[in-house]
Amino acid sequence: MAGVTLDTVRKVYAGNVEAVKGVSLGIEDGSFCVLVGPSGCGKSTLLRMIAGLETISGGEVKIGNRVVNQVEPADRDIAMVFQNYALYPHMSVYDNMAYGLKNRGTPKDEIEKRVKEAARILAIEPFLTRKPRALSGGQRQRVAMGRAIVRKPQVFLFDEPLSNLDAKLRVQMRVEIKRLQRALGVTSIYVTHDQVEAMTLSDKLVVMSGGQIEQVGTPAEVYRRPETRFVATFIGSPPMNILPGTVEGPGRVSVGGQSIAVTDMRDGLTPGSAIEVGLRPEDVQAGGTGASSLSMDVDFVEELGATQLFHGKVAGAEFVVQASTGQIAADTRKLTLAVDPANVHLFDPQTTKRLGRV
Amino acid sequence: MVENRPFGNFIAYLTLALGVFIVAFPVYVAFVASTYDSATISNGNMSLIPGDQAPVNYYRTLFEGTARTSGQSVGGMMVNSFIMAMGIALGKILISILSAFAVVYFNFPFRKTAFWIIFITLMLPVEVRIYPTYKIVADLGMLDTYTGLILPLIASATGTLLFRQFFMTIPDELLEASKIDGAGAFRFFKDTLVPLSVTTIAALFVIQFIYGWNQYLWPLLITTKSSMQTIVIGIKQMLTTQDVLTEWQIAMTTAVLAMLPPVLVVIFMQRLFVKGLVETEK
Repeated sequence: MAGVTLDTVRKVYAGNVEAVKGVSLGIEDGSFCVLVGPSGCGKSTLLRMIAGLETISGGEVKIGNRVVNQVEPADRDIAMVFQNYALYPHMSVYDNMAYGLKNRGTPKDEIEKRVKEAARILAIEPFLTRKPRALSGGQRQRVAMGRAIVRKPQVFLFDEPLSNLDAKLRVQMRVEIKRLQRALGVTSIYVTHDQVEAMTLSDKLVVMSGGQIEQVGTPAEVYRRPETRFVATFIGSPPMNILPGTVEGPGRVSVGGQSIAVTDMRDGLTPGSAIEVGLRPEDVQAGGTGASSLSMDVDFVEELGATQLFHGKVAGAEFVVQASTGQIAADTRKLTLAVDPANVHLFDPQTTKRLGRV
Repeated sequence: MVENRPFGNFIAYLTLALGVFIVAFPVYVAFVASTYDSATISNGNMSLIPGDQAPVNYYRTLFEGTARTSGQSVGGMMVNSFIMAMGIALGKILISILSAFAVVYFNFPFRKTAFWIIFITLMLPVEVRIYPTYKIVADLGMLDTYTGLILPLIASATGTLLFRQFFMTIPDELLEASKIDGAGAFRFFKDTLVPLSVTTIAALFVIQFIYGWNQYLWPLLITTKSSMQTIVIGIKQMLTTQDVLTEWQIAMTTAVLAMLPPVLVVIFMQRLFVKGLVETEK
């Protein structure tokens, strides 16, 4: 087993397009690290550089204690699961899993032992003689994971492995990947644009945007204390509401003339200066009363079953509030929102950085 | 779509039947002619029902040939033709699959240029470059050899193009997966590309085998010994005799024999590549 260390890794494509702009990251041995971000944020490029499928333009990638910048993918002791599975269509499931071992000159009985073992873990034993085309999407996904497992690599790399599956299967496979990673204890790096996958799978969540890391932390940390406005609106569903506000004084901001208290606020902000106030739809209490509250004009309601989403405007800005079904009448036009000072996030309008306590 | 137009169907089938008749009738006549003796054909008494001379004619054609004309047994000519056609077909496949592999999967300077040069040779069929090709083959002492028959014809832009198009449809991830699985370029070629290309290879083999089998001008130029004659040239020579009567029954038997290998190749390989087309899923 080994951890992965990235030191100011850069990727510059022809035409001076910088896809990854100096990323430094330490991934501990045995942990599950998820790279998440919108498409084009450089997460896949980063993963492919770790895999050795892309050359590294600058910086250093280490697997364990070994710098692998110039090492062939086959010699990096990694295994990768691709989005479209990339199974060899002309080989049986058994041969697909055995191919990498065969190329390494592993003895036949050892190959058989490992493939059987992986097939047992993944419950694909009945399909070993079939060709990939005779399998369903979920089964192919398992074979692709089996191909990674039999190699007993130092690091697993997953490149959006679930995005070709339907929603139900995706949830099921997500749980299985997590369970498998726990059981095997192999360092894993997983790329996705789906924030639910990112939150549920990761020990370490890395949010990326524009070729740079926005924030690294546990899913709870990233959710509870987003470091930038981008992270705040990217993680969480529905996304965090951002309202324009002004600083009133220590621990107080005003939004459209309504004053609210804030727990996590940087000292020394100039009263009267502009600030962005972030509130999660699930963190404000619709219809509540309290020391700080906002009033909202409701436009329409979305039914989600257990909860309802009220869409409308607060101080002229779009706002969404989540409430338990039945708590508020659906035809309500005006809502009072109670705001817990601990749940208010403040961001600098210029730098978009969090203005919390240092 | 539900279609129920009996008259329309009738017209369609009639047209098809007419087409088949036009193509098949001369072939049938050739077959019938190969079952009569020379005299019956010459005096115009040949009927459309096969006669009883088939065993004699086919035996003579295959093993003795027209002693009075070229003096070469058609069996020998068929062997020559078969070696040439196989050589051309297999050579073309080998050359074009390798060059397509290079053009698609390797990043070397002037890759595009290389591809376009190959592409341009499409405009230069054998007939256009026949004099320089002849000169080279003659200088290398390859006249009257199988190498001379085969080698100049195996460069194939069509094949390269076909394989290139096919390789472009293979997802990049497959290459990446085999890189991670520790397969180098050649192993990827051998273990993944070739097995996936079987249907393309089969299709190309059919086309190129027939192309090679039907070569006329090139073998005519470079073979002088009668032992190197191919069957297509053999037929031609049987028809142009100076002093003696053309042995039509032998000529027709030869024609029927000349048709057989391409027909067999089509029938056999077609099954393979239709099966492949239905089964392949990438």
